[in-house]
Amino acid sequence: MDALALLLGSPLAGAALLALFGHRGAARDLNVAFSLGTFIGACGLTARVVAEGPLTAWDREFFVDPLNVFLVTLTAFVALTTAIFSRPYMRVEQEHGKMTPRRLRLYHSMYQLFSFTMLLALTTNNVGILWVAMEAATLTTVLLVSVYRTAASLEAAWKYFILCGVGIAQALFGTVLLYMAAEKVVGPEAGALLWTNLEAAKAHLDPQIITVAFAFLFVGYGTKVGLVPVHNWLPDAHAEGPTPVSAVLSGLLLNVALYAILRCKVLTDGALQAPLAGQLMMGFGLLSVTVGAFFLSRQKDVKRMFAYSSIEHMGLSTFAFGIGGPVATFAGLLHMTVHSLTKSAIFFTVGHAAQKAGTQVMEDIRGLARANPTIGWGLMLGSLAILGMPPFGVFASEFLILTTAMREQPWATPILLAALGVAFASVFGRVLPMVFGETALKRLPHQPALVPVFVHLSLALVLGLYIPPYLDGWYRQAARMIGG
Amino acid sequence: MSPLAGQLINLFAAAMLLLAFAMLSQRRVLTLIHLFALQGATLVASTAVVGYATHQPHLYLSAGITLALKVFLIPWLLHRVINRLSVRWDVETLINIPATMLIGIVLVIFAFNIAAPIAQLSASVARGTFGIALACLLLSFMMMITRSKAVPQVIGFLAMENGLFFAAVSATYGMPMVVELGIALDVLVGILILGVFMFQIREQFDSLDIRHLEKLKED
Repeated sequence: MDALALLLGSPLAGAALLALFGHRGAARDLNVAFSLGTFIGACGLTARVVAEGPLTAWDREFFVDPLNVFLVTLTAFVALTTAIFSRPYMRVEQEHGKMTPRRLRLYHSMYQLFSFTMLLALTTNNVGILWVAMEAATLTTVLLVSVYRTAASLEAAWKYFILCGVGIAQALFGTVLLYMAAEKVVGPEAGALLWTNLEAAKAHLDPQIITVAFAFLFVGYGTKVGLVPVHNWLPDAHAEGPTPVSAVLSGLLLNVALYAILRCKVLTDGALQAPLAGQLMMGFGLLSVTVGAFFLSRQKDVKRMFAYSSIEHMGLSTFAFGIGGPVATFAGLLHMTVHSLTKSAIFFTVGHAAQKAGTQVMEDIRGLARANPTIGWGLMLGSLAILGMPPFGVFASEFLILTTAMREQPWATPILLAALGVAFASVFGRVLPMVFGETALKRLPHQPALVPVFVHLSLALVLGLYIPPYLDGWYRQAARMIGG
Repeated sequence: MSPLAGQLINLFAAAMLLLAFAMLSQRRVLTLIHLFALQGATLVASTAVVGYATHQPHLYLSAGITLALKVFLIPWLLHRVINRLSVRWDVETLINIPATMLIGIVLVIFAFNIAAPIAQLSASVARGTFGIALACLLLSFMMMITRSKAVPQVIGFLAMENGLFFAAVSATYGMPMVVELGIALDVLVGILILGVFMFQIREQFDSLDIRHLEKLKED
């Protein structure tokens, strides 16, 4: 299990080392190096799963199957590109005096620890450890959000901590109930919380306990997905933290929380023989899409606006998984992937643009295409991609979700179309003057990191035009596992 | 299992619920911390009794962790925080206390209703107390919502964790050890971060009133 050891060991070692040397000039490169190690581990693990099928490791405490290996690769990849983006970004922040050496040390160390907790949540076989890792991910990101120590960032971090702390406590109660149901079927040993055991015994779990357990788990992990009405932490945390943190929050953390819900949904579906989990997910997914879309038009802060866009898109994925069945689940997985890639690319460009303009207020960011064409065009293309314009991957997944909804849940289609239309009008109307307006701003003194932006966008483009056969097979396998 | 142990568990459960109500109605921060420590001690006692009655040695370890964390370490840390920040004032609640108590009673009835069918299915000796555990959880949750100062909010958060552990003990004889250790670690790190935050909030706003934390709103 060398690949798994590298995958989990690299960010952990990085966190320890950067806690000591994170303020040095080389720390930014070290951060990239450790993330690269993680990504190599993820690639090795993927190769093994593709060749040998699902595997368990270390006394069955870890478990890798097609569903989580695809998220592991995505997580490691976006963590790597974000680390690359963070190099020039943090240099500018340091020169502006917003990052002191102590804060840099905290930032780099927590960045690696955050990667570790997410990968642990994804690869663990133990539903209890999944909870522990999600809570640890909250703790590390709270520190990342508050790293600037401004009044606004402290407020955002405090709200984030309290709201997610309460939410995640509900998930722990759900886990206790799950353990109680499992104990009777699997036996009272520690094995009762192992997902592989639970999945094998899911048809025998007590339906009454599982119903209540899923309600608590859904509220708990749903808070971290940013589902309405428990989404309030999300825009604040995205807007007030450093931009690389916004990118990983939107691109990765929300996905991992949704993954936790999916695992619980599989068990609930197996135990209940009724579509309760799916109905809950459809309802709250649809609510999030609508509320997220309508709040978009009221935003002044660019990062806040794209945070609401994340609520909308996570709602759409949740809705797709709620419909169930192989096609909708396939679409949901694809949507998670392309949303991660596109949204983090947008945050990269927004980060550079905001640094250049010295503000995150959209009315004060103007004329990016003239002052810094690559950033401007990156933002333009990214926004078009996230709004679901045809050649990009979001179009493919949204199209699949909409057509499946028309067939399976026709009542939801007009609501979805209206929400997507509103989102298009609001975001496009704001981004256009930011990119093409008149400006007196000068170019950035530093070379911005644009490789990650365009790598992400071209991947999203490729996924929209053509899904390679092995990736297709992989999605199908995962979709079969959760969609039934 | 001896009938005495069953009686003791019920007694401790009643004490947990009583303490949850006491915390809900308590205005002074210092007393709130004492009540929290007392609730932790009750949790330790009931965990140990369940462990003794059912011969589950890992529950002793769990009780030991709770004793160290929730009875000694965290109350001591909270004491230090309120001394350093000198916040011994009376707490203002957002809803007045009698109304809070009435809502609390409704919550308890609600919790018992949810828990009754589930508790029947539990094999644990302490299954009768499952409803009380859920009630403690909801009452602490309510305390977090109705308090406007940072310290009582944090205590509410921790009391919620108490309710969760009590639920785990009464439903399943506690979680597997590795999970329990992980939770304890998360709680400890969480409280340290919150402690640091309180100093920073105080520095920024000259107060620990979280009503100052309302700048980030939709216009």
